[in-house]
Amino acid sequence: MDKVATLASELHSREMTLHMGPSHPAMHGTIRIFLELDGETVVRSDVNIGYLHRAFEKMCENRTYHQAIIYTDRLNYVSPLINNFGYAMAVEKMFGVEVPERCKYIRVIMSEICRVTDHLTNVGATAMELGAFTAFLYMLKAREWLWQLIEAASGGRGVTPSYVRIGGVKDDLPEGFQGRTLEALRKVREVVREVHGLLTKNRIFVDRTKGVGVITSEEAISYGFTGPCLRSTGVGYDVRKAQPYMVYDRMDFEVPVGTKGDNYDRYLCRMEEMEQSMRIIEQALVALPAGPVKVADNRITFPTKQEVYSNMESLIHHFKLLMYDHGIRPPKGEVYQAVEGANGELGFYLVSDGTDRPYRLRCRGPCFYIMSGLSRMINGGMIADIVPTFGSMNMIGGECDR
Amino acid sequence: MFIDVAITLLKIAFVFGLVLNIAGILGWAERKQSAVMQDRIGANRADILGLRLFGLFHPIADIVKVITKEDWIPPGGDKFLHTLAPFLALFTALAVFAVIPFGDTLHIAGRDIPLVIADLNVGILFVIAFGSLGIYSVVLAGWSSDNKYSLLGSMRAAAQVISYELALALSVVGVIMAYGSVELDDIARAQGQYVLGIIPYWGVIAQPLGFLIFFAAAMAETKRTPFDLPECESEIIGYFTEYSGFKFLAFWMGEFIEVIAVAGVVTTLYFGGWQVPFIDSQGFFVPGLFTIPLPHLLVVVIQVTAFILKVCFFCWFMLLVRWTLPRFRYDQLMGFGWKFLLPLAFLNVILSGVIFMSFEG
Repeated sequence: MDKVATLASELHSREMTLHMGPSHPAMHGTIRIFLELDGETVVRSDVNIGYLHRAFEKMCENRTYHQAIIYTDRLNYVSPLINNFGYAMAVEKMFGVEVPERCKYIRVIMSEICRVTDHLTNVGATAMELGAFTAFLYMLKAREWLWQLIEAASGGRGVTPSYVRIGGVKDDLPEGFQGRTLEALRKVREVVREVHGLLTKNRIFVDRTKGVGVITSEEAISYGFTGPCLRSTGVGYDVRKAQPYMVYDRMDFEVPVGTKGDNYDRYLCRMEEMEQSMRIIEQALVALPAGPVKVADNRITFPTKQEVYSNMESLIHHFKLLMYDHGIRPPKGEVYQAVEGANGELGFYLVSDGTDRPYRLRCRGPCFYIMSGLSRMINGGMIADIVPTFGSMNMIGGECDR
Repeated sequence: MFIDVAITLLKIAFVFGLVLNIAGILGWAERKQSAVMQDRIGANRADILGLRLFGLFHPIADIVKVITKEDWIPPGGDKFLHTLAPFLALFTALAVFAVIPFGDTLHIAGRDIPLVIADLNVGILFVIAFGSLGIYSVVLAGWSSDNKYSLLGSMRAAAQVISYELALALSVVGVIMAYGSVELDDIARAQGQYVLGIIPYWGVIAQPLGFLIFFAAAMAETKRTPFDLPECESEIIGYFTEYSGFKFLAFWMGEFIEVIAVAGVVTTLYFGGWQVPFIDSQGFFVPGLFTIPLPHLLVVVIQVTAFILKVCFFCWFMLLVRWTLPRFRYDQLMGFGWKFLLPLAFLNVILSGVIFMSFEG
């Protein structure tokens, strides 16, 4: 026994430091984690973010209200339309205008399509990080069908559709959109069922995700978690239910909650949320009223090209909206508008000084708060659990770093 | 004497030519198999003068690519060991094929030619020994790369292979009991018997549990999903992170050759080796009824083809598993090996012993 003790004291052993990222396949170049390892166990960790910082908020202060729309695409680039709508709603709130009914329904439909694409990407990527590459490609296949819908409506695909306009949306939905959507949803459901079959009861997958990356509801709230990461701990907070916007109060849907706050519950929450989102889309497609898709307010929305070319008044409005120092000029004031992004509460706090540019645009990206809890969730675990935990929290660099 | 050497060289050329070609085709099969499973088209671009052949030229394109790449050794690494590791990987994987019989004894021009390169009397022990030696390549690669990720990968690989080696060797004990030999040629030959006159007495019939243990442990030895912890491209990238060019290809080929080796050993131990049910040196027969004599050469060709087809089937099966399952975590892998497979292998040995004893008695 003495010999062993002396040997142990003679053998110099210390923790190994390891820099994971930003050049690491699972860190996407957007994050770096300093690790102190005891063998395979994580003793301490330090999460560094900011590799995708591009001064979104500052850029918006130097752009007109319309020009900022394309920057919002790049916040959560996996579900860009939700950011689009959140921003536009903040500006509309400042004006105190109400968008037409049809526009609200279209926004709900498009938001939910985006939520499904986001969850598909996330669940697929988490599975891939556990080595189940096939499930990942099944999910991407389903995402493609939904992207085709977004493309049909907006002209852009999954990442940069910029479908929103302040006071409405770019265009009405294309012909036959309802049928195509229902067909796509049918196929997506099939894929989701397939992935359920591949993963939900797969012993290896369950062993790898259950009890991994656990966070309690108290801790999650204290870190400021929202979205699926918070709901997986058992707190049923969803902006769509808590402060309904657009027409979510007329929709019948559930907010799935987990119990343990581990990777498995986050996975199940997302899987169920996809089903609920598809239910919302179906209801909204049925209830979709006829009518305009933009407010008829010349301070905010552009006249149609036909009017611009044939009507003096419209030509003037058109120029007024485009000209330097004219443009859209909301009244002085401050508003906060939150929407339920795919990762949680996505808020825009807007301060207007009455000019054509925001005085200040603060974006509350849900990922930033979620990432603050990552270190706490991976400490004490194994190296192999870092990547799936990180994946299941769905950190999107564009939204976290802004 | 000269002819003996020539015959041995011919056999070596045949076996290694076959193995290396199957390894190349496996690279293509893996892409196509994964593509079929994932609703994709898969490799189909490489062409020679417009001829594409379902992407079969991709292995050639790969080789051209890796050979023309820069061969890079990390500045802080050990140059000698870094270069040695990939060759060890190839060598240990290939050496296993020396003892795997691929056909019955060939009688030609008054000679008896056993269709195995080296009919060693230690047989299966040689296979297991070289399987373990293979771990040196991984450990040396990780150690000499001067990269912490590589080091983690090689540590995982060492722990994994050592743990699964035990279950692997123990599961083979059952086969040795059943056929009373460690020589692979004898084992393959003994599987030509029939139980109750009609069921071929293959290893999988004699040792169903042993087969499952052996197959699981052998897949762990090949270091592929779900046991691909040493590689783990989404976490630690793998022990060959610091390899490029042809040395990387050597690891890549080594992995495929290991897959073929496992398929070959599984075939030999549990699926009758080159035996085809109801065909023996006399010809085709139905037990107790009639026999249709076949020429000796035809029988040998059928048996060699059957062996190759069986090997291909198990290679394909391993691809199927590879693209279906997620991977284990390090501690779960260890738990599975030590707490589940190993006790099960012991149980199998005891059960086999009791059953064979009672049958003999």
